Amino acid sequence: MSADTKKANRPGTEAITEKGWLSAHKWLLLRRLAQATFVLLFLIGPLTGFWIVKGNMASSLTLDILPLTDPFILIQSFVAGHVLEMTAMVGAAIVTIAYLLLGGRSYCSWACPINPITDLAHWLRQRLGIKGGMQISRQTRYWVMAMVLASSALTGAIAWELINPITILHRGIIFGVGLAWTVVLAIFLFDLFVSRRGWCSHLCPVGAFYSIIAIPSVLRVSAQNRAVCNDCMDCYAVCPEPHVISPALKGEAKNIGPVIQSPNCTNCGRCIDVCAPMVFTFTNRFNTKVSESPSRVMEAA
Amino acid sequence: MSKAPKSSGGVNRRQFLADTAKAACGVGAVGLGISLYADDAKALPATALRPPGAGPESHFLSACVRCGLCVRDCPYDTLRLAKLGERVTVGTPYFVAREVPCEMCDDIPCVPACPTGALDHALTDINKARMGLAVLIDHETCLNFLGLRCDVCYRVCPVIDKAITLEQHANLRTGKHAMFIPVVHSEHCTGCGKCERSCVLEEAAIKVLPHRLAKGALGAHYRLGWEEKAKAGHELVPGIIDLPDRMPEVVR
Amino acid sequence: MKLTRRDFIKTNAAVAAATAAGVTLPGINKAEAAADGIRWDKGVCRYCGTGCGVLVGTRDGKVVASQGDPDAPVNKGLNCIKGYFLPKIMYGEDRLTKPLLRMKNGKFDKNGEFAPVSWDQAFDIMAEKFKAAINPEDPQATRVGMFGSGQWTIWEGYAAAKFFKAGLRSNNIDPNARHCMASAVGAFMRGFGIDEPMGCYDDLEHADVFVLWGANMAEMHPILWSRLTNTRLTKPGCEVHVLSTFEHRSFELADNGMIFTPQSDLAILNYIANYIIQNKAYNQDFIDKHVNFNATTTDIGYGLRDEHPLQKAAKNPNKGKFNKISFEEYAKAVSEYTLEKAVELSGVPAEQLERLAKAYADPKKKVSSYWTMGFNQHTRGVWVNGLLYNVHLLMGKISEPGNSPFSLTGQPSACGTAREVGTFAHRLPADLVVMNEKHRAFAAKTWKIPVEVIPPKPGFHAVLQHRMLKDGKLNAYWVQCTNNMQAAPNMNEEGYPGYRNEANFIVVSDPYPTVTATSADLILPTAMWMEKEGAYGNAERRTQFWRQQVDAPGEAKSDIWQVVEFSKRFQLKDVWSKDMIAKSGYSADKSLYEVLFANGQVNKFGLDQLQKGHNNSESKDFGFYLQKGIFEEYRMFNSAEGIPKKGHEMAEFEVYHNARGLRWPVIDGKETLWRFREGYDPHVKAGEGVKFYGKPDGKAAIIFAPYEPPAESPDKEYDLWLSTGRVLEHWHSGSMTRRVPELHRAYPSAQVYMHPDDAEARGLKRGDAIKISTRRGEVLTRVETRGRNKPPVGLVFMPWFDESQLTNKLTLDATDPLSKETDFKKCACKVVKA
Repeated sequence: MSADTKKANRPGTEAITEKGWLSAHKWLLLRRLAQATFVLLFLIGPLTGFWIVKGNMASSLTLDILPLTDPFILIQSFVAGHVLEMTAMVGAAIVTIAYLLLGGRSYCSWACPINPITDLAHWLRQRLGIKGGMQISRQTRYWVMAMVLASSALTGAIAWELINPITILHRGIIFGVGLAWTVVLAIFLFDLFVSRRGWCSHLCPVGAFYSIIAIPSVLRVSAQNRAVCNDCMDCYAVCPEPHVISPALKGEAKNIGPVIQSPNCTNCGRCIDVCAPMVFTFTNRFNTKVSESPSRVMEAA
Repeated sequence: MSKAPKSSGGVNRRQFLADTAKAACGVGAVGLGISLYADDAKALPATALRPPGAGPESHFLSACVRCGLCVRDCPYDTLRLAKLGERVTVGTPYFVAREVPCEMCDDIPCVPACPTGALDHALTDINKARMGLAVLIDHETCLNFLGLRCDVCYRVCPVIDKAITLEQHANLRTGKHAMFIPVVHSEHCTGCGKCERSCVLEEAAIKVLPHRLAKGALGAHYRLGWEEKAKAGHELVPGIIDLPDRMPEVVR
Repeated sequence: MKLTRRDFIKTNAAVAAATAAGVTLPGINKAEAAADGIRWDKGVCRYCGTGCGVLVGTRDGKVVASQGDPDAPVNKGLNCIKGYFLPKIMYGEDRLTKPLLRMKNGKFDKNGEFAPVSWDQAFDIMAEKFKAAINPEDPQATRVGMFGSGQWTIWEGYAAAKFFKAGLRSNNIDPNARHCMASAVGAFMRGFGIDEPMGCYDDLEHADVFVLWGANMAEMHPILWSRLTNTRLTKPGCEVHVLSTFEHRSFELADNGMIFTPQSDLAILNYIANYIIQNKAYNQDFIDKHVNFNATTTDIGYGLRDEHPLQKAAKNPNKGKFNKISFEEYAKAVSEYTLEKAVELSGVPAEQLERLAKAYADPKKKVSSYWTMGFNQHTRGVWVNGLLYNVHLLMGKISEPGNSPFSLTGQPSACGTAREVGTFAHRLPADLVVMNEKHRAFAAKTWKIPVEVIPPKPGFHAVLQHRMLKDGKLNAYWVQCTNNMQAAPNMNEEGYPGYRNEANFIVVSDPYPTVTATSADLILPTAMWMEKEGAYGNAERRTQFWRQQVDAPGEAKSDIWQVVEFSKRFQLKDVWSKDMIAKSGYSADKSLYEVLFANGQVNKFGLDQLQKGHNNSESKDFGFYLQKGIFEEYRMFNSAEGIPKKGHEMAEFEVYHNARGLRWPVIDGKETLWRFREGYDPHVKAGEGVKFYGKPDGKAAIIFAPYEPPAESPDKEYDLWLSTGRVLEHWHSGSMTRRVPELHRAYPSAQVYMHPDDAEARGLKRGDAIKISTRRGEVLTRVETRGRNKPPVGLVFMPWFDESQLTNKLTLDATDPLSKETDFKKCACKVVKA
């Protein structure tokens, strides 16, 4: 395969031509910015002595007033038998409400520091044309989550935190790396060679937990302009959870609304970026409006 | 390009069962591993001390979310979070007395910083903290046991004269010097580690250990007669008589 | 069931193990290489005045091992924690190995940067500056000076004193013992006419009652404290009284611990004397035979600069004269000091004071009193020393085993060197003084110089030296073996401006770049401790010798080498008047080296007498056994026929190399343990019983002195007392102990000890950064409300070992007007959050 054809085959090529590079990477860039911000905010204090946020993603204190706590860790602590202080409960409530509004799995694509790692693994896997590997059921993550809770209850310890690569990496960056890089490398290699999108979309119990929060959450991606879809399949190619797209994009026939309802959607917005006809958009779950007129698309064509 | 999305209705019953069994087994195996790891993690290394207000390790691991807020509020950089690869449960706060001991701040800033109560917010008097217990482990190298006047551990103790006292014995070898034997009292020792930190030996003779390693336990049945008598203020069994001894006249 | 104490029943087993481990030691003076290649030889601890014997192990030119000498009578193989680390003090990473001169563009510049120079260059500039400050025809115009040390070896102090007094014709030489022992010396001279304690450490086993007056022996004299503690433990009825202005470690053993208001010790001691008289408990026979009564001149000021208001207000500034009075007059004078008055002034509960008075007044109890800086660093230091002698003399509890007023020393040779060989501004060797014509004449004869050479007027004492430096009246100044910039009071207003005064050239000899060294213009790298042959004299009059064990690093040279070598730079015509040179019969071109050291006495002993297997760097350089020559010349002052003052007799040089230290007077091959008492002291003839032979009438002087207030007391603005002092882990300015990592770790930085109520009233938490300030300066530090020292409300204590927190920016340079010793124990300060 020549470099040109390879490039032409890559998803989003058309969108870049249509909308320009920046527009075709808008949400990706914003996400990377958000991910970096979540790390940098925590790093400013230790590096400069000027404290905005203290702690790490497990629990933090912003401007010495706003407590934020990861609800999944809190639940593990609870089932492990610990009676929690109010600060942590308030912190977890704030986080839960925030993700109820912003979409549960926004955590995965906007905040989680592992995401760039697995995205990189996926990108490289595509580039190197690595195929096959282990097939893991998407449901496995719920099993893992159940197992984590059971283990916490049985051992009386916050079980997942013993191996949670998210907090190990985030804490490592802020408090000192240690061997945290080995976990990151393991996940990277797993996603690269063993299983396509294996970790984030199949195994991670934190993602599973945030999927549950995502069930009623407000912010959604909608295939509002599904009428102009040209079936280029680029959205499927870039989507970390491609099964979430079909019902909304192709649901017209079955009379399914254009809003992506699956709680597995991470609100990453990559589908919006790569779609040349601009089928997708961010909206709220109640906005089931579908654009009838394909005129703009026609004009563009 | 990758394969097309699977249609949601495409899974037949057999495959579903097989998948489920596979996932359950795999996850179960991993879960067992994590559980064993979690249990193992409760065996904190003896030199790693938890911040003030931390309960027993089994409870602490259920409560600490590894956020590091206690570390951030420690003014002396005593506390640190365990990194992956250390022998302390990853992400949890601890300190090593020999390196940086706890300075026993009056306001114990690390405790209110804890969002979950893994550090018990009821602890407001640092004297009541029990981070560990100092034990003068090696009587053969402790300079005071050899009769020298070191007693650095005693003088650096923030609870001096209560948590560590010097018991004086005659030095029978020299015949004219006293020996000052440091004695730790568990009802006052907070386990801050200043003594271990400042022990001048190459390897500290006094070490702060977790209570589980440092303390013995008397049988529940036994009472110390002299203490019971002092507590009661009289003999516990009143009215016992003593007859005079017959003695030769000269002795009398 | 809670087990509250762990019982260490293995104590004795551990002792036995230690004994077993420590017994296989070689005999002294038979330095032999053991199987591990270590050569052991005897030495003396480098720190305090206790004088612990140590054995020093060398291998490959390095001191690699040490142990307490198991047969040393003082310490029996034990050490304190500083002594445990002795070898490490020589091997700090920043040892100085080359002379360093402040230079700009290759030339000396007062404001230049330190750059290495050769010894020749160093002595060239030094000689130039010293000569410029000397007028051979007019000693009044001579503006050279030296500050020495109670850590000098005996011969170093002797050589320096002789160089200045007999060579440069300046009495402006004073030791750091001025900060430390001068008040004790003053009281010895006034009361007994001869310096140093009458008793010895054996009193620690003989006494029934111990009283500590301003001495924290538990930390400052750790080994002596363990002896005192052992007596308290093992002797039935033994009791310990401790007096201080704050609670310290010695209170741990106190049966009667008393915290008194600063300065009120004067009143307490007069109360005790009053109690003894009121209860007719005094020893009438002793008083009749051995004591006379006197009253001292009062209202004597505070040893500040003459223009200071307090000095102007004083009726009799600096007057030390005392007049004979009758016993009745004395009794009347102390009768004012009732129990009520003592309680009121001191704040000590009446029953505690009475208990103390009773202990002194009980004829059946043997009482030993110990004191150090609490008494000596006192604006009425000589008085308060004397008041304690009064109490002992009234009871006749003196000069016999267990009955002993005992002044402890803080330096290894405050006695042996600073006091005994004449390094004070007013002294000559062996208790002679420059003001006494006969003494000058004797010294001149011994030194083979015209008597006119020795100036009859005392020179500048320690505190005055800094004032004169600042005022530009002392222009060439040499500091050896002490860290006086850090140690002297009021460094902001006196010391530092003095050193950096453009008119002055300051030379500092030190092994390390101390605060003092780095404040100087020329730093001379100095050999220390086992890098030279040495001798120290401890607080119980014990003189101890050691041989050179290793060579100094780089170009470092011992203090004595520096003095003797520097003396070669002067010809008589540079320093003596023409008349003197003519009278001396020496040629005007003769060097001071030839007149003072190659004088047929000092250079009498050849190199063949050196101990085989040991280097002696100085002797090899000069070609004769320098240390022996000096010591034997010094013996002409204390042991020769016809000496002006008896009582300091010493044995011959070689005897000391063969002994574990001897307590002078050494006469007929015997040591003296208790002076002034028949049977113990060879100077007291049969039938005399007791004789205070330092005085012409053989009687000790009881000298009444009243309570007078301190120079500076807390007021509204500066509302706290500040007391300064030491900690066990560090010795003095920390220039040695802070270079031992383990000791640094054990006590890394100074802090201010404060009562928790005082801290709370100032909104301070334990460990808070604070600013402590006085009228003279401020220091940033931290507050400590727990720990070893527990000050009462209204007083704070700060140790001064930490060169990053210069405590002496705060202190007041008020001195005892008689002894000229600074009061480091009381001034007014305030503390605020930093």
